[in-house]
Parts: sequence; structure tokens; C-alpha cells
Amino acid sequence: MKKKWYDYLWIWSILYFILGFFNILFAWLGMIDFLVPLFMALFFRNKWFCNHMCGRGQLFRLLGKDLKCSRSKPTPKWMTSRYFRYGFLVFFLCMFGNMLFQTWLVASGAQSLREVIKLFWTFRLPWNWAYTAGTTADWIAQYSFGFYSLMLTSTIIGLIVMVLYMPRSWCTFCPMGTMTQLACRLPDKK
Amino acid sequence: MAKRKAVADKAICVACGECEHVCPRNAIHVWKGIHAKTDFSLCVGCGICARNCPAGCIVMEDME
Repeated sequence: MKKKWYDYLWIWSILYFILGFFNILFAWLGMIDFLVPLFMALFFRNKWFCNHMCGRGQLFRLLGKDLKCSRSKPTPKWMTSRYFRYGFLVFFLCMFGNMLFQTWLVASGAQSLREVIKLFWTFRLPWNWAYTAGTTADWIAQYSFGFYSLMLTSTIIGLIVMVLYMPRSWCTFCPMGTMTQLACRLPDKK
Repeated sequence: MAKRKAVADKAICVACGECEHVCPRNAIHVWKGIHAKTDFSLCVGCGICARNCPAGCIVMEDME
């Protein structure tokens, strides 16, 4: 089958992390991956993004299947269960909410900008080379650090489950996937 | 004669589209972003989708 332009979006998911390594403000571009699938699910009632455009899914397929970096063992039952999927979605949204709260704290002046990337919501990695203080408002930078942390953490989790189980095991509990599927389930207005 | 066809478990399927991607006959599709649906007239029961499904939700069922 002839490859389409969107079959190469795995390059984007690598490029995203490279760009953020040099300038954290590029992390805002990740909002595209956040809003486009939701928009498609809400207005067109499909998961076309997950099915054809998700750079992360493509990357896991490329690494896990084509480059054989995955054990290709069945994903554990609990990981594909609804409880885990919805639980992980709630957890993820809480962490996203916390990130928004941190951004608000910085915007209101209650807290100063922290130039760190938090891995797994716990481990702080210094990332100060990627931002020069004063380039933009502090809250814009804080949001970038937060969003980049979220993207990096979820990619690492995805890579771990890719190696251990199926190439796209991450997709079974991906919060975006769960959220768009829920949106598709909403009753149609028509 | 009994024939095998791919059937996705709607309760587990996450509609990721991997089955759609690997199906050589274009017989399985994500239905309205909710779950995978097989076109039984096209499915030849090869089982490639079942092997590739990350959620392991596709089973090859015998059909009359």
C-alpha cells in the first residue's frame, strides 16, 4: 500500500523531544496532539487520529514490530481492563490538573518558575539550558516544562510496555485513546 | 463448512486501529471510533489482526 504523508508522523514524536531539549517553549506544540484527536472525536465521532495519525503509536509500531524491540507477549488482562483504563485516565487528568494549578501559581506570582522536568511525577531533572529567563511570561514557560514532563513520562511508560508486551500496548490504556473513545460514545445530536 | 472469522470483544477493544492497519483484506474497521468491526464477507480468518491486537481482544471464532 502506498504510504501517505501521515504515515511518517512518528518523526514528529521524536522531533518533539529534540525540540524541547533545545527550547522548552516548543512543548506547546504538543497541544496539537492533545486537541486534534479530541476535536475529531467530538465533531466527527471517530478515532481517525489514533487509527492513522498518532505519531506515538506509529513510533511504537516501528520500534516494536519493524525493529523487533518488543517481546510481543500478550498485554496483561488487568492492563486492558476498563478499571485500569479509566483509573489511569482519571490519574492522568489529575496530574494534568495539577500541572495547570502549578501554571496558575506561577502566573499569580505565588510560586516562582521551576526549570525542571519531572519524570514519573516524582524525579526532577534539571532542564535549565532549554529556557532563558524572561523570554516569555513565566507561566508560559512553566506550562511548557509541565507539558513536556507529561509527554516524556508517558512516552517512557509506553516504551517500557512496548518492550515487555505488544508494540502498541500503550494504546490499550492511553488516556487520549480512552478519552476519545468516550467522546465517540456520546449520543449523537443528529 | 465451518469457517473462522475475526471477532473483536467490544468490552475490551480500544479502537486503536492496529487490526485495520494489518488486515490484508481490508475486512476489519474501527466502527465510529468505538470498537473494531469485521466485515464477515471479506474476512478470510487468517488471524493476523488477532496476533497484532495490543489488547488481545480479537478471537477467531468458528462460523457455520
